[in-house]
Amino acid sequence: MDDFITTKDVHLYYGEKEALKGITLSFPNKGINALIGPSGCGKSTYLRTLNRMNDLIPGVKITGSIMINGQDIYSPKTDTVDLRKKVGMVFQQPNPFPFSIYENVTYGLRIAGVKDKQILDERVEQSLKQAAVWDEVKDDLRKSALSLSGGQQQRVCIARVLAVQPDVVLLDEPTSALDPVSSGLIEDMLLTIRDKYTIVIVTHNLQQASRISDKTAFFLNGELIEAGKTKNLFLNPERQETDDYISGRFG
Amino acid sequence: MEDPIKSKIQSTSKETRQDILGRCLTYLCIGLIVAIVLSIFIFVASKGIATFTVNKASLWEFLTGKNWNPTVTDASGKPQLGALPMITGSFGVTILAVIFATPFAIGTALYMTEVSSKKGEKILQSVIELLVGIPSVVYGFIGLSVIVPFVRTHFGGSGYGILSGSFVLFVMVLPTVTSMTVDSLRAVPRYYKEASLALGATRWQTIYKVLLRSATSGILTAIIFGMARAFGEALAVQMVIGNAAIMPKGLLSSASTLTSVLTMGIGNTVMGTVGNNALWSLALILLLMSLIFNIVVRLIGRKGRMD
Repeated sequence: MDDFITTKDVHLYYGEKEALKGITLSFPNKGINALIGPSGCGKSTYLRTLNRMNDLIPGVKITGSIMINGQDIYSPKTDTVDLRKKVGMVFQQPNPFPFSIYENVTYGLRIAGVKDKQILDERVEQSLKQAAVWDEVKDDLRKSALSLSGGQQQRVCIARVLAVQPDVVLLDEPTSALDPVSSGLIEDMLLTIRDKYTIVIVTHNLQQASRISDKTAFFLNGELIEAGKTKNLFLNPERQETDDYISGRFG
Repeated sequence: MEDPIKSKIQSTSKETRQDILGRCLTYLCIGLIVAIVLSIFIFVASKGIATFTVNKASLWEFLTGKNWNPTVTDASGKPQLGALPMITGSFGVTILAVIFATPFAIGTALYMTEVSSKKGEKILQSVIELLVGIPSVVYGFIGLSVIVPFVRTHFGGSGYGILSGSFVLFVMVLPTVTSMTVDSLRAVPRYYKEASLALGATRWQTIYKVLLRSATSGILTAIIFGMARAFGEALAVQMVIGNAAIMPKGLLSSASTLTSVLTMGIGNTVMGTVGNNALWSLALILLLMSLIFNIVVRLIGRKGRMD
């Protein structure tokens, strides 16, 4: 089976500090992949290498190769603008723009030059439905996105990413700032779109990883300790550290 | 018999007395400030209104009349108190200066917050602070010796006029508008920028569609502050505008502003005369305008918070 995302021996340095110590990991086409590990283990840093968001931090150096859909995303020919249209990202804190819901969801399309109102309208409805927030906001599309609750804001942010129709959706602890009900809605929503997108989710919540993901990777101190089918990793971990972490002995 | 614990609890402690003392001090200070502001307002207003109550000039004539000659009475025996030339002059230089300054201010602010390195930003910051600190007479002097001849050779006329005035004011309001624009751009949360870039926006699209848009109310406030500064500036403008209290025929002809007429005239009139009261009326207009600028800033701020 061909993997959609393949990373080989990825090292990342913040100045002198080595934050990722040679990560070799791959994810199949479509499905949900979870990255777990204690705080500061490098899982978010790794996630941000996949759409080159780390480029924004001064003094970051990255070695190794990261291929998405057969394309080396760190080759000089890669345009980060095009890359980020294909690899969308949802952040830990809901971060809608202080504009209307409609403008938030269409933002990615409008910067890509889509002007046709009909296409925009269709895409708004479709993405808000995919993000399971359409029924709650369909009558208030012109209202400011900041007037929504945190959970609704986060789902609008997910819709904003889906509207661009990316291949990959990266989620950086998308539910850690939300209440359990909103988290549950987002988990259910992710399960409904798992066969359309390749999803990589960073989570602190082990139950969340075991509930929704097909593949799980465990990070510790900038290293990849173990990766495999979620069921196998949680039931029969190969490494002692993994066993200790998932059974709550540290982290 | 007095219970020592009871008396200790019921008496005021040293800390509470300190609190009361501190609170009294702040009340005293704020009371003083309010008293000063109120008395300035009452003083200027009573003097300014005297033109209309004591000297029987009509308010309409004052705001729309084009002849300013307080010491000379016309055929009907009324003094010629038309302040429109000065009002036009003041608004002319203010609006032009802000139109010139705003694009430069936004450009500089974007460079400082988005493009330049930390070091470049620090250098620019101190340059701007330096510009704020230069006394206005220096600006006026440079205007007189550089801008007036420049306007004379390149645009024609005597060189004195609204155009020269707005060039000088442009330099004077630029630092105010720039540093306030920088503040409002810095106040835009970092995650708006990240969200925009993560959606595949270019840096320019992010600046244009997210950063500037989120900072709009702050930038408008900066512009209004710049206008208030320009409107109230007296000395530098007076040195380059020509000081003819006549209706300006264009940007290049000699004109005057409310402030320049005030500084030129206040020493040459006697308290209580028509001429003196007329100047107080001009001062009242200035005061009301700065009040209006303040209210506009408040309104923009409130709207900005609601969005």
